[in-house]
Amino acid sequence: MQPKIIQRAGAHTAAIMISLIMVIPVYLIVTNAFKSSVQASSMGIELPTNFYFENFTTVIDKGKLVTSFLNSVLYASVSTILGTLFAAMAAYVLSRNPTRLNRFVYFFLIMGIALPVNFFTLTKIMQVTHLINTKAGIIILYTATQIPFAVFLMYGFIDSVPRELDEAAIIDGCGPVQLFVRIILPLLTPVLVTAGILNFLGVWNDFLMPLYYLNNSAHWPMTLAVYNFFGQYQQSWNLVSADILLTILPVILIYLGGQRFILSGLTTGAVKG
Amino acid sequence: MKLRSQYYPFYFVLAALALYIVFFIIPSLSGIAYAFTDWSSYSNDVNFVGLANFKTIFAPGENYLKYISNTLIFTFNTSLLKLVLGLALAVLLNEGIKHFVHIYRTMIYLPAVLPTLVVALIFKSILNPSTGLLNTFFRSIGADGMARPWLVDPRIALMSVIGVDTWKGVGYIMVILLAGLQTIPREYYEAAEVDGANSWSRFRHITFPLLMPAISVVTVLNILYGLRVFDIVYALTNGGPGYATEVLSTEIFKTFSQGQYGLGTAISSILFLILIVAGYIVIRLMDRERVRE
Repeated sequence: MQPKIIQRAGAHTAAIMISLIMVIPVYLIVTNAFKSSVQASSMGIELPTNFYFENFTTVIDKGKLVTSFLNSVLYASVSTILGTLFAAMAAYVLSRNPTRLNRFVYFFLIMGIALPVNFFTLTKIMQVTHLINTKAGIIILYTATQIPFAVFLMYGFIDSVPRELDEAAIIDGCGPVQLFVRIILPLLTPVLVTAGILNFLGVWNDFLMPLYYLNNSAHWPMTLAVYNFFGQYQQSWNLVSADILLTILPVILIYLGGQRFILSGLTTGAVKG
Repeated sequence: MKLRSQYYPFYFVLAALALYIVFFIIPSLSGIAYAFTDWSSYSNDVNFVGLANFKTIFAPGENYLKYISNTLIFTFNTSLLKLVLGLALAVLLNEGIKHFVHIYRTMIYLPAVLPTLVVALIFKSILNPSTGLLNTFFRSIGADGMARPWLVDPRIALMSVIGVDTWKGVGYIMVILLAGLQTIPREYYEAAEVDGANSWSRFRHITFPLLMPAISVVTVLNILYGLRVFDIVYALTNGGPGYATEVLSTEIFKTFSQGQYGLGTAISSILFLILIVAGYIVIRLMDRERVRE
């Protein structure tokens, strides 16, 4: 019995130390966000001696965070709703009616998971469609980027929804749209939530698309605003930390609240497939 | 059967398909054509220049081969480190521990949900040579020799970036492998224990082969991510010092900012090609491995 206990204690010690290493950077951000500029200059691990709540008002003011926050909310929520819905509609028909054409379309779509974006020719498309440097443009781009993975995620799930339900609904006189909206969509709730959370976080955290396609600072999301703020105030780690904290707070809340859905989404395909 | 296409109409697919074709496929395919032109932001004329862009990229006096090798070094090392460490963590949480597994998993996975940009900014401070937390820690335990100019010394900068990226990504890999481990029936281990198998041979002959599907998925994900890496490099070092950490995606962004579109599409096409070749090789290797097991 004795060696087993020692083994367990060793395993817990290792797990605790690794967990600490993974959490320290977030801890640094939280504590330094409340420090004075002098105390935060080395981003140390000590607790703040005095709490400077005004760091947050300074940051919101100087970093124009209200605009960026609203932009991020707008981009992430609209593109997530559209992307998740379009992907669900496509995955549903492709999965329920697996003709040769539909199988090809499915593989063609999920190929996008591996494909790199060509930013140069995409710029050209954005110019031709007058979407470059617009809010609508970035939302449409984000919607498009979500589709391959979301279709992949939902395709397998839809297979597990019994077809007898479809048949019963058809006999009851449901049309194709009614069948999808009234019968299928509610049953897809778990996978819709999973895809929705992953898509939302993906857009919220994205830095690359606005860097290429939004040069007007009034359209910037949080990530770009933080990066720009860091460029101007990199000596004031208390302000940078406050700025970062406001950016990651929604992410951490969504993560803690929706962890179950995030994990189920990540492991789809990897384990079942 | 007519009923099927009537109740599952193709127009349901069109919104997703149209967006995907317009914003993914058309740019990718037309990009291949533009790679052979002198397209730039300075002129409205686009002329066919044959292989000129590729000759520039592979010219011995240029640095592009270095960017390609940096990208491959980054991809190889992060993929390997995340796999090995992720597997070790998954095994630790699955077998070594009964209680609090959820709490550990939540903490270890946390960096993976943070914006990569933010992670890079935090580590710019942690890796600061004079005031950074890492060097402060080494000095405080008397290991002054371990304190290095992590992101400033060109000889170790790429390894530092690889380290930060591994820190961020390992939780994601661990979660997938942990889910894979949990599908392996306990009875297999019990039977092996009865037969007197030690823990290494249990790992070698039960865990590893049964985990192979999850390991292949993780490896493909790691490689796809590594070859396309941008945020972490851009925000940590922006390719520097010198060209020590420049990778293909950061160089593509530089050609974009400088308006050298033809050259940029040529580099993008090379990245595209590397992704396809790497994807193919990995899938073939995994297939062979699976057949052998």
